[in-house]
Amino acid sequence: MTEIAMPQIESAESKVLMRARASKRFAWSDNFFRRLTQACALIVLLILAGVIASLIKGSIPAFQAFGLGFFTTVVWNPVTEKFGAGAPVFGTIVTSAIAMAIAVPLGIGIAIFLTELCPPSLRRPIGTAIELLAGIPSIIYGLWGLFIFAPFLQVYVQPYLIALFANVPVLNSLFAGPPYGIGMLTAALILAIMVLPFVASISRDVFETVPPMLKESAYGIGCTTWEVVRNVVIPYTRVGVIGGVMLGLGRALGETMAVTFVIGNAHKISPSLLAPGTTISASIANEFTEAVGDLYTSSLIALGLILFMITFVVLAIARLMLMRLEIQAGR
Amino acid sequence: MASSFYPARRRRNAMWMGLSVAAAAIGLTGLFMILVVLLWKGFAGLSLDVFTQMTPPPGSSGGLLNAIVGSLIMTVIGVAVGTPLGMLAGTYLAEYGKYSRLAVVVRFINDILLSAPSIVIGLFIYEIVVAPMGHFSALAGALALAVLVVPVVVRTTEDMLNLVPNSLREAGASLGMPRSLVIQRIGYRAVRAGLITGVLLAIARVSGETAPLLFTALNDQFFSTNLLKPMSSLPTVIFQFALSPYKEWQQLAWTGALIITLAVLALSIAARALSATTKQQ
Repeated sequence: MTEIAMPQIESAESKVLMRARASKRFAWSDNFFRRLTQACALIVLLILAGVIASLIKGSIPAFQAFGLGFFTTVVWNPVTEKFGAGAPVFGTIVTSAIAMAIAVPLGIGIAIFLTELCPPSLRRPIGTAIELLAGIPSIIYGLWGLFIFAPFLQVYVQPYLIALFANVPVLNSLFAGPPYGIGMLTAALILAIMVLPFVASISRDVFETVPPMLKESAYGIGCTTWEVVRNVVIPYTRVGVIGGVMLGLGRALGETMAVTFVIGNAHKISPSLLAPGTTISASIANEFTEAVGDLYTSSLIALGLILFMITFVVLAIARLMLMRLEIQAGR
Repeated sequence: MASSFYPARRRRNAMWMGLSVAAAAIGLTGLFMILVVLLWKGFAGLSLDVFTQMTPPPGSSGGLLNAIVGSLIMTVIGVAVGTPLGMLAGTYLAEYGKYSRLAVVVRFINDILLSAPSIVIGLFIYEIVVAPMGHFSALAGALALAVLVVPVVVRTTEDMLNLVPNSLREAGASLGMPRSLVIQRIGYRAVRAGLITGVLLAIARVSGETAPLLFTALNDQFFSTNLLKPMSSLPTVIFQFALSPYKEWQQLAWTGALIITLAVLALSIAARALSATTKQQ
């Protein structure tokens, strides 16, 4: 009897042991996996910290040499090693501002068209096409700007603008000088075209968060489409639209390739929009590999730091606003 | 009184809606014109030589073989490094952290990295890889691309895992599966197509990136697979050739642009189709 029962007891005991060992192993691997994912999440934070730290470290020589005057100085002379961020910062802000002034009304117009006016059968194809266009690499826009758009502006648009505003007090200095084709205005227009699909698709997504019931009640009391958009859709989505616009602005500010081709890379501040200028990203892209001397390299990295700070603030505001909309929409 | 009101309202409506349609027409024709020009100019130079010959010296004809291979190598390495990192971080956000303070901060930072200027990422890699090594290398280029891959994958992984119904997780847990196995065997499997979508989107994002490669991988006129040497890539070749005065180079720039655009469009459409099937489930 005992001889037969013994192995059974043993196997029952070993089963318990095995189970204990297995669950211990599971507890270990379970914990390991959780720690691993947490470590990877921390790496995302480390990347950001690394970006900021390396930019600050790289730009120290420039700030030591030029102090806070670096932000406002317009001189950029590699021969005498005098550098200032004035012209690139000016160019970045002006081109982005003009680009947004064009892209935002057009983008919101497209979004209104897609959500309120477009026949339902066309809604998906057009929406998808816009989203796909938003993903096209920016170098394509730059290439098009250089070979097609700039020559077109030079021959057909800029001479006309110069002649038209020649006798208007303020505008004649804005549109002065020979029509080069490339320049601040061309860069701003290319940026506008590039940001447009982005603004349009975000605005459309945001407009679609408006509960249909709200819009239908407005239509029900006899509102026209415009009145529904003006009094229901836009007030309801204001925060989200501003967030989307800021996101587009963040893209325009940091955009490199679309601008570098057509801006002309001239480190000066000119009142004329037709004159060549430069932006932060275009300066870095054009000059970084050719920069000789630590101070030159460091000044370019300092430009990168300024760009990162500006876009960081803009993008942070954008995200906070979009988060508020998501909470409001209850998602 | 009321009747005099209506025509004005109708006129105003017609005016604004007309403007909206005009905006759509202007914007869409502008964007499609770019595509048409690209197809026109790009196909003009498309031939077998493009895929079999090296980039030529100025003034002679050639192809883009070394640039295409370089782009492929750096993209593959960048995606291979960035994807596991992004997927695990996304898993933490969706499964473990969710409402923890760390997750909220990581989500916010990740969203910012997602649209941070890529040229700044290039400077970052220059500072931590190129400067200590003392020379430009394909490895640095691949790492710069990996940094761009991570936020895209984090975002899609989190979004996709959030689509997994909790009842599936509970069913797994009730069988005695530990949390990590529930995630790996049930979560990942349920949204496999969605996770692949994230990777495709990331590839589409980095394959057209130029700015971070300009001063990490630099460029190379010849065929090279050495990761520690500079390597040529399609976007940098397009940049260099487009700004040159040589007709042959400019034509190659257009053809290269066409190849990139078609690749990016194909990847985005595939990603879209895949994610549509996941969301239907």
